[in-house]
Amino acid sequence: MPGPMKIRATAEAGYTEIRVLMSHPMETGLRKGPDGKLVPAHFIQNITVKVGGKTVVEGQISQAISRNPVFAFRVKGGNKGDKVEISWVDNKGEHNQTETAVA
Amino acid sequence: MRRVSSRALLAGAALGVAASLVHADDTKQEIQKYQRMTAESSPVELWEMEGADLWKQKRGPNNVSLERCDLGMGPGVLKGAYAHLPRYFKDTGRVQDLESRLVTCMTTLQGFSEQEATKRVFGNADKPSDMEYLAAYVAGRSRGVKMQVSTNDPKEKAAYEMGKALFFYRAGPWDFSCASCHGTEGKRIRMQELPVLSSPKGARGTYTTWPGYRVSVSQLKTMQWRLNDCFRQQRFPEPKYVSDATIALTMYMAVNANGATYRGPGTKR
Repeated sequence: MPGPMKIRATAEAGYTEIRVLMSHPMETGLRKGPDGKLVPAHFIQNITVKVGGKTVVEGQISQAISRNPVFAFRVKGGNKGDKVEISWVDNKGEHNQTETAVA
Repeated sequence: MRRVSSRALLAGAALGVAASLVHADDTKQEIQKYQRMTAESSPVELWEMEGADLWKQKRGPNNVSLERCDLGMGPGVLKGAYAHLPRYFKDTGRVQDLESRLVTCMTTLQGFSEQEATKRVFGNADKPSDMEYLAAYVAGRSRGVKMQVSTNDPKEKAAYEMGKALFFYRAGPWDFSCASCHGTEGKRIRMQELPVLSSPKGARGTYTTWPGYRVSVSQLKTMQWRLNDCFRQQRFPEPKYVSDATIALTMYMAVNANGATYRGPGTKR
């Protein structure tokens, strides 16, 4: 089950600052567990950020990103009240999304 | 010939020392940069969110939430509660830190037995413990509040004095005390500078950032866990969870940190 996400978006002069926190194990697939067996890879592969319905970031990330990652984006434009949606899909097909309004 | 070469060697050694000093300075700056970066991208809020849910959730045999839990500021008051802990509680007749008080609330309000409430207090990266979530949540509600731990009650004073005695008490196979590592300026372990917890300066900087998220293990660590780990490194037996001894040590550090603004839950290496 995908864990919670936390998102914050604030309008600054001419740009919008977006910060998102995701809970995810981000297993590399290279680590061995206590039983000596490899822990299967489990990591976020795609991230999509939309502001006001328009896709502004499409990111492909890998195992190099830490557990429980934090991402911050600075997007040109954007007004108070605009809807910001962020979603991710991992290599097992699990997905999660969250949204907020620009403050 | 021989004289020349030894002089050259000396000069070389002096250069080496100078170079390593410069290097140490660089390393310190790099570590500070690393600490800033980890603090900026700390996932500690996730623990606070889970803790908030857990706080409001009806649990235990009595099927009640912790919302009426008295952490010393009155039932249900969270704001600033952590900045005033440990403190003496009349109903239990003992000085309690946050974790022991949470155990009290779980037993008195929710009806858990003490054994059930402390069954799994330290979690792991895949499954943090309820205590870790709750500690992060409650501590976070004191962010920006000045540390003001009282020693007015005789029991509080006694706990402080016991904590102080424990801090300097040398024992174990290595004849270690807390003060062996945290008692004098300028000590470090590997690349980490060790704070002097007997001084206000060191205690203020450190105490106000615990509990903390440890990046290296992806877990939130509570103060009780931290003290256990210090005792482990001293080769002491593991203390009993929320024992008077660990609470006294917490009391000693918290009082030393008085006057500083609480900034936790923090982020650690």
